[in-house]
Amino acid sequence: MHTLIKEIDYGTPKSEATRMVTLEIDGQSVTVPEGTSIMRAAMELGTKIPKLCATDSMKSFGSCRLCLVEIEGRKGTPASCTTPVAPGLKVKTQTDHLADLRKGVMELYISDHPLDCLTCAANGDCELQDMAGAVGLREVRYGYEGDNHVFAKNNGSENFRYQPKDESNPYFTFDPSKCIVCSRCVRACEEVQGTFALTIDGRGFASHVSAGMDEDFLASECVSCGACVQACPTATLTEKSIIDKGQPDHSVVTTCAYCGVGCSFKAEMKGDEVVRMMPYKDGGANEGHSCVKGRFAWGYATHQNRMLKPMLREKFTDPWREVSWDEAIDFTAKRFLEIQAKHGIGSIGGITSSRCTNEEVYVVQKMIRAAFHNNNVDTCARVCHSPTGYGLRQTFGTSAGTQDFKSVDKSDVILIIGANPTDAHPVFASRMKKRLRDGAKLIVIDPRRTDIVRSPHIEAQYHLPLLPGTNVAIFNAFAHVVVTEGLVKRDYVAERCDLEDFARWEKFISDPKNSPEALEAITGVLAADVRGAARLFATGGNGAIYYGLGVTEHSQGSTMVMAMANLAMATGNIGRDGVGVNPLRGQNNVQGSCDMGSFPHEFTGYRHVADNTVRDLFEKLWNVELDAEPGLRIPNMFNAAIEGTFKGLFVQGEDIAQSDPNTKHVNSALESLECLVVQDLFLNETAAFAHVFLPGTSFLEKDGTFTNAERRINRVRPVMAPKQGMQEWEVVARIATAMGYPMGYTTESEIMDEIARVTPTFAGVSFEKLDRLGSVQWPCNDAAPEGTPIMHIGKFVRGKGRFMVTEFVPTDERTNRFFPLILTTGRILSQYNVGAQTRRTANVAWHPEDVLEIHPHDAEERGIKDGAMVSLTSRVGAITLRAVIADRMPQGVVYTTFHHPVTGANVITTNNSDWATNCPEYKVTAVQVTVSNRPSDWQAEWEQRETEHKRVAIKPLVAAE
Amino acid sequence: MDQFSDIKRMANQIATAFAAYPEEQAVKETANHIKSFWDPRMRKQLAEVMAKEASALNPVAFAAGKQLGLG
Ligand code: SF4
Ligand code: SF4
Ligand code: SF4
Ligand code: FES
Repeated sequence: MHTLIKEIDYGTPKSEATRMVTLEIDGQSVTVPEGTSIMRAAMELGTKIPKLCATDSMKSFGSCRLCLVEIEGRKGTPASCTTPVAPGLKVKTQTDHLADLRKGVMELYISDHPLDCLTCAANGDCELQDMAGAVGLREVRYGYEGDNHVFAKNNGSENFRYQPKDESNPYFTFDPSKCIVCSRCVRACEEVQGTFALTIDGRGFASHVSAGMDEDFLASECVSCGACVQACPTATLTEKSIIDKGQPDHSVVTTCAYCGVGCSFKAEMKGDEVVRMMPYKDGGANEGHSCVKGRFAWGYATHQNRMLKPMLREKFTDPWREVSWDEAIDFTAKRFLEIQAKHGIGSIGGITSSRCTNEEVYVVQKMIRAAFHNNNVDTCARVCHSPTGYGLRQTFGTSAGTQDFKSVDKSDVILIIGANPTDAHPVFASRMKKRLRDGAKLIVIDPRRTDIVRSPHIEAQYHLPLLPGTNVAIFNAFAHVVVTEGLVKRDYVAERCDLEDFARWEKFISDPKNSPEALEAITGVLAADVRGAARLFATGGNGAIYYGLGVTEHSQGSTMVMAMANLAMATGNIGRDGVGVNPLRGQNNVQGSCDMGSFPHEFTGYRHVADNTVRDLFEKLWNVELDAEPGLRIPNMFNAAIEGTFKGLFVQGEDIAQSDPNTKHVNSALESLECLVVQDLFLNETAAFAHVFLPGTSFLEKDGTFTNAERRINRVRPVMAPKQGMQEWEVVARIATAMGYPMGYTTESEIMDEIARVTPTFAGVSFEKLDRLGSVQWPCNDAAPEGTPIMHIGKFVRGKGRFMVTEFVPTDERTNRFFPLILTTGRILSQYNVGAQTRRTANVAWHPEDVLEIHPHDAEERGIKDGAMVSLTSRVGAITLRAVIADRMPQGVVYTTFHHPVTGANVITTNNSDWATNCPEYKVTAVQVTVSNRPSDWQAEWEQRETEHKRVAIKPLVAAE
Repeated sequence: MDQFSDIKRMANQIATAFAAYPEEQAVKETANHIKSFWDPRMRKQLAEVMAKEASALNPVAFAAGKQLGLG
């Protein structure tokens, strides 16, 4: 069946050169791009030259001297990893002389290496072992009596060279006694990850690998990405799961279920147990790299808290009762139908999940439109990237980012606003940092000095610490500079954009009220800096904008997305490699869940429900009449629930009670529902109010596709059977059927075929094609059968690019005497969103609680000491948490994360929202901070709910036989 | 905070977003937006606000409501 996939290691990276060179290796002719190493050229022929310090994910280093070759007409024995090919070379990879030299090298290595191969964790996956075999090493003439790194004691006395194992990292160990000092780990940390946590300390025989300043790994800057572990040819750096369980015997390629980068992994298995997740070299999004979440934090899938039985209860204050699937499905269908009979067709609805597959999401929205007969379907993207969809559609014509991730390799000026890629999109951040180290310029617009502003070998040309809520103002100022200083790319605009809209915009933006000087007081950013940054962006070559939720989660989120699109068009930065407007998506399948028709006004592929032709197509295929009116969005559902017109809700894999703003408001909406159905892995915060719990599947059990932030459709493949016995889409299809709308899919691939049939941008997508090509980026159809990495080449999807007037309107959420500070929220690397998964892994080693970051001056004024408990109060609520004094915060702004439910960060966020999409204004809340030593009322309430509303009834004991 | 405070805020926010456009176009865009994105029951609430509390609405939002036949 499945084998263990091992990608070919060519030894050195691929050359991007176009000129080809032909040479001869061991008498065989080979043609490769200029700049290729001899080692790589040999591998192209299938000749493995022995090597230890080279691997193709990093530049060659030439330190182990094992890869020596002979070249006709050249003296000596050059290292094949560092010697580039040249036309007409005649290379010999194996001669008696070379064999002797290699044996000598190996003998030296082995003489300082413990020979416990049989019990070593790397046994079966050790390059040192392989090389000893390859060079035919048969004896080691030097003993261990001398200087070594292997034994704690030498001739009875302390061996000062010996270092004990470092087991501080929860996921891997570092055993220096096995290190051959090849420096692959050091270079992986620098070149692949970009963290520079490792160095080789000392010289000659004293040299050794050190994390940080000779600290343990956990205490160092290490972010636990795993790149060094993957690169290490020996057992020095080894996953603890491999030490515990042994080497895997087969693997399946699948996709990480955490963030919108969508990394491909090999799930390496023994039976149906995962022993390791290894980033997959041929994955389009990550090309062999990973972050701590995808690489290591998959243990939640088998966590003891996971629920595997369907459960019911009459009232949410009752304990849960385990039932059969049939009973749960019938109960749900019956309740929903009863509610509709009593309160009308529009009184129920559902929410799809950005964590589920495209196929699962499609089936849920279909159930709502076809079986509920209304359009009350929304998705959690409402609360994150809905403004992206709206804004980019208005200006460019598609609700998606314009580039692939690779495009950043060609950028000259990178502008990051409202995003923190090193924490939230780590694998993409590594790519970006690589380009920045190679010379691209960086502009960061963020209230906080995020890590990327100043990191090893990277220094932003501009960091503009604007006040939260003034994004549109600062972008208008940027555009004002571009327009009034004559930096608009006129030819581009004339050819590609609607000129009437451009003229209107040009007039608006040239108004002195939009000048950096006029807006200085509003944004808090020096006009001179804005001018400098705007000039750099407009004139520095390929300019690319990357943004995140710091852009969308504002009252003017949609306006801001359009402001970015305006700037990109005006500077000619759309439609080729290296440029673009790029949303960094939060969850793994945000893009997909939006594409799949999860919004209340749109079918798949973003087509309005009022469009008769489109609706007709669906009505014919689905064989049902469909509603032409838009349905309720998530915040509207909450309001309608409180008003009493909305009574039943189906929630797929989403914790709205924790993730949505103004928790009190959300909770009272949920309390007023007559039937709340939650489909999830865990009894989450929302489930505390639910009547039906349908256990879900983890990504390790799912079969389907995720679509990442670059529109890349990746396969998710199951490595084990559903632990609760049924695929999620099957449960949904059965509920729809029980409600009178038969849905009879048999496989996920069949669902994708239907999606392709009804969605023009997916017309060419099928499981067969994805399995063949690895992945494709939509649009994928007859015009682009292998997908579209970069959009709007030559022409915008909507025809002419449309400049939109983007008037700055300050938010209603203002500071005053009582609430003098602004709270903004975000996330950190090791935890993921509401933390339901990561909190159930060893990742808590890095982030055991949410803390409040506060500027030293603001803290001092309030008598707050570092580490003190403080109360954080807004107009709608109060919570208690720990304060951390941080000078990366500007004065007047405080910051926290929302990974732990007990913190209740959303207890204090408000109902305010984006004007166009109702995306909540998470990023701006006026607050006060005071010293406090008791938990907030809300926290006490939460503790109570945690115990009472999540009870599962103890089954009556069956009498013993 | 009353029952309609979110509806009023939302209608006014949309109208304000189009404030930089000529009035006729602003009204049209606002009306379009409300028609495309609001569930019918929200439009009904807007009609109620127009009837009872017209002064709470931005004139463009009010005119957009009129154009949608809400009051
Ligand atoms: S795990 Fe990643 S960050 Fe940590 S030392 Fe290794 S390569 Fe560097
Ligand atoms: S830890 Fe591994 S990769 Fe790093 S120098 Fe030692 S053997 Fe090489
Ligand atoms: S969390 Fe994101 S960056 Fe990390 S491995 Fe998963 S997809 Fe990649
Ligand atoms: S592999 Fe070439 S010197 Fe180590």
